[in-house]
Amino acid sequence: MTITHHLDDATLMSFAAGALPAALAAVAAAHADMCPRCRREMLTMERLGEAVMASLIPAPLDSPEPATPAPGSDAGPGGDRNSSGPLGRLVGTDLGGVAWRWLGPGVWEHRLALKGAGKLRLLKVAPGHAIPEHGHRGAELTLVLRGSFSDRTGRYLRGDVADLDETVEHRPAVARTGGECICLIGSEASERFRGLLTRQWQRVRKF
Amino acid sequence: MADLLRRVADEGDLAAFRELYQTYGPRVKAYMMRQGADAATAEDLAQETLLTVWRRASLYAEEKGSIATWIFAIARNLRIDRLRREMPWQELPESRFEQPSPDTPPDEALSEKERQGRVRAALAQLPPEQHEVVTLSYIDGLSHGEIAAHLGLPLGTVKSRMRIAYQRIRAALEDLQ
Repeated sequence: MTITHHLDDATLMSFAAGALPAALAAVAAAHADMCPRCRREMLTMERLGEAVMASLIPAPLDSPEPATPAPGSDAGPGGDRNSSGPLGRLVGTDLGGVAWRWLGPGVWEHRLALKGAGKLRLLKVAPGHAIPEHGHRGAELTLVLRGSFSDRTGRYLRGDVADLDETVEHRPAVARTGGECICLIGSEASERFRGLLTRQWQRVRKF
Repeated sequence: MADLLRRVADEGDLAAFRELYQTYGPRVKAYMMRQGADAATAEDLAQETLLTVWRRASLYAEEKGSIATWIFAIARNLRIDRLRREMPWQELPESRFEQPSPDTPPDEALSEKERQGRVRAALAQLPPEQHEVVTLSYIDGLSHGEIAAHLGLPLGTVKSRMRIAYQRIRAALEDLQ
């Protein structure tokens, strides 16, 4: 897997700061899990976080002693709660088991539970189909989990992430040849479709 | 500090743990208070951060960042979990630290310290408008859109300031990477 589309630097900074909206952070975490380059960059941005924290005037502790730790650690068997990775925790290990909801010709969706702002979902697009041209009211991250899609910003393969903000309108299309495309999409706010027909499509399908 | 953490991991050394607590506790408490926690909550969160350090001491791998950086990541995750309940799902890749590593050679430990020093120096030298967006992200926890609204700037300006700040930090580390 060669990843060519990465998280924007501004997105990485927000992510490392813990300031990325929940839906976007979920996708960023799933991408970073697949992408050594973005993990390295994350570490650089966490070093910046350390520097910011160190620049604060320390707040004296009321209790001079730490709370007494219980014996044991997270390192032993069963202590590693991260083994399935962020993606596994979100969607399970098998994309074949997802309960899809039909949205329109060649397009299916599966909403993922998310407390807080934004929307997190899986989207499946059949070969030769596309999502109608749309923009976004806020930022949107799209991570390819299977297959590929193309839009005016490029071609995206497994592991690639499209990091788009409200200035971009696009029409993601899946090639007729090759298989379906499944993406994990985190949106800060809902899409803004162009044209009356697609807006009706949006209303009917609650897209 | 690496030695203290190793003593915690290997021997469950309470004296070493107390030293870590007294070093990092006040920083974490200050961080939590700046995020909007009252003093008592911030103190609890500092305690909890250090307890997590205790529990995960043997998972820490030095070549992947200094202990201070690791503690920042733990404190940040706890802050997301507790102080911003409206966005609880944001588990960040602490999994980077899953693999316990063999002892780090001294020269690597030195270069990590060097990295930390350079990042701190680069932060101190950021122009005010870049320093501001960094602070609003890391300390106030504001998203790009929230920073734009707060400063009355276009979103693109906020993002480009963040990118330039990032490039400066990265450039400061270049010959060490």
